[in-house]
Amino acid sequence: MFKKDAEIVNSLGIHARPASMLVKLASAFDSKVELEKDDVKVNAKSIMGVLMLASEQGDKITIIAEGKDEKKAVNSLVELIEKRKFDEE
Amino acid sequence: MKNKIFRGIPASPSIAIGKSFIYSPKEIVRSSKRKKGEVAEEIVLFEKARHMALRQLRCLKVELKKAHDPVSARLIDVQLLFLQDPLFLNSVEKRITSRKESAEEAVVNFSEGLEKDFRDIPNSYIAERYLDVKDIVDRLLKNLRNEETDTELGSFGDIMIAESFNASEVLQMSKSGVVGLIAEKGGRTSHFAILAEALNISAVVGVNGVAENIRSGDEVIVDGISGVIVINPDEDTKRRFERKKEETAAIQKKFLEQKDLPATTIDGYSIDISANIELPIELPFIKKFGAKGVGLLRTEFLFLTSEDVPDEKEQYDFYLKVAEHSYPDYVIMRTLDLGGDKVFKTKVQEENPFLGWRGVRFTLANQKIFKAQLRAMLRASAKGNVRILIPMVSQLEEIIKVRDIIEEIKGELKAKGIAFDENIELGAMVEIPSVPLMADSFSEIVDFFSIGTNDLTQYTLAVDRGNKKISSLFDQLDPAVIALMEMTVRKAHHNNKWVGVCGDIAADIVAIPVLIGMEVDELSLPPSFIPQVKNVIRGLSLKECKELLKRVEKKGSAKEVREFLKEEMLSRFPSLKNILVEVEDD
Repeated sequence: MFKKDAEIVNSLGIHARPASMLVKLASAFDSKVELEKDDVKVNAKSIMGVLMLASEQGDKITIIAEGKDEKKAVNSLVELIEKRKFDEE
Repeated sequence: MKNKIFRGIPASPSIAIGKSFIYSPKEIVRSSKRKKGEVAEEIVLFEKARHMALRQLRCLKVELKKAHDPVSARLIDVQLLFLQDPLFLNSVEKRITSRKESAEEAVVNFSEGLEKDFRDIPNSYIAERYLDVKDIVDRLLKNLRNEETDTELGSFGDIMIAESFNASEVLQMSKSGVVGLIAEKGGRTSHFAILAEALNISAVVGVNGVAENIRSGDEVIVDGISGVIVINPDEDTKRRFERKKEETAAIQKKFLEQKDLPATTIDGYSIDISANIELPIELPFIKKFGAKGVGLLRTEFLFLTSEDVPDEKEQYDFYLKVAEHSYPDYVIMRTLDLGGDKVFKTKVQEENPFLGWRGVRFTLANQKIFKAQLRAMLRASAKGNVRILIPMVSQLEEIIKVRDIIEEIKGELKAKGIAFDENIELGAMVEIPSVPLMADSFSEIVDFFSIGTNDLTQYTLAVDRGNKKISSLFDQLDPAVIALMEMTVRKAHHNNKWVGVCGDIAADIVAIPVLIGMEVDELSLPPSFIPQVKNVIRGLSLKECKELLKRVEKKGSAKEVREFLKEEMLSRFPSLKNILVEVEDD
């Protein structure tokens, strides 16, 4: 298992468009990928789960992956959230 | 009864004659009478319905992309992901296998639980996503019951009548060959009305109570030029409209051929004529109708169609596209003008929405949204000729705050090394009489003014155009409105600022000499009206417009002004008879 924290930096948080991006990216990996915020854990490959997390700017979430490409999965998602800021800027 | 006449707001300038079709979208019944099958049978049913839904949505997405509607296309993306969501699939499967629910029951029960969960989310943008869930569930249920999902909307030659339409309905109707639309609600700038115009469908909107006076199958005339509707016309009336239809088509064709000639009067006075646009589908119209850039880019559609606040990136992409499309001409981008008749998702209950929390009053209170929009506009200004316009300004303090926010964003962009136009112009809408009255002070802050005549008329005369009892008092050619417009131009020019007019009046042929006479610098109008307005300007002289304006100033009422101007214009342009003279009541 591999996990990392990420802070939501884009201004509107994980609303519909970023959620779609996140789910599509997570689904590209074989590993089981989950997001955790305030003790709520959701499947990162589920659009409902990701939206339900209702993450806003400033929230910290943990990305947890388990499987053969777990490191790559976690790192790519952290990059999408923190570096690419869901391509918002 | 023959020749029943209704009047509404003309929204797409052409005439259609056809068979009426009253359109009312069906509500989906969520309970079922079907007998439940074996578990395996229900699973297969569900999978079939799901795959059908995936296929339908992918087709719809392609259509929306073709119509240059990336925002709606992105919403489809979310629905596609819902249909492939492991949480959803597992839960439905479990319900069918363990709880022995039918496919329909499983879908309905799952969605009810989910809708509740979504509603509990404190973030309202995300909570609104349950609407997507509902859409998907409706689609799945229809598929499960073998009901037609995307029923054909109308057929060739039909005229559709409804309370209102949504954008995808209009797209589908256009494909089935619908020639006209009548809506009981809406205005000239309603999303569907703009689309109808873009797709060459005649449209009259805001026709109160028309549906109960018409039956499907009745013959009906839609005159999108004058706003007249005739139900069951007699032979004579029909012939008259057919002639009007041919003649206007011919004259519009002639105007279109001369669209690229400049808007210069006989005595050499030139004015910029640019386009009012809002939807990506309208972009090609800038060139098609000979506009000099975009004088008013409305941005509400980005917020209203997406059921979600569009992020900076999405806005930037759109603004950049418009800026590049118009380059080297300018694009005047108006910041979010929501409120009043356009209701925001987080419903605000106000006793007087038109005197309430709208335009800049709303955006200054929601700075996250406002800054994202301004930043997107500033970034787009690096690659085009962009100007920023602020709606619903009533106090000097508001425009000062806006200027400071823009300066703050400029500083941030500079620090990050992101390019933008340092000298980007800032303008204020003239909609509230306090702005012309205080125009000297405003001139110290803004670079230009843009007169929105609809709201200026409403706020000057205290008339709600939607209120039938008093709507006859509403006329943009009211002498008081003309006086305020003149005051704006005089004070602005005195301070070396320029003035544009972007309201409906700019497309009103009889008003043209008045606007030229006061030496407005720019007119911005719905694209399809541009060739006609340019043609009229080329037939006038600044000198005679100034004289006409002087005579207009002596009139005591809008009615007198209008009658006087109509007569003057008809004597100069007899070929405009069809556009200027409404059909008489029988």
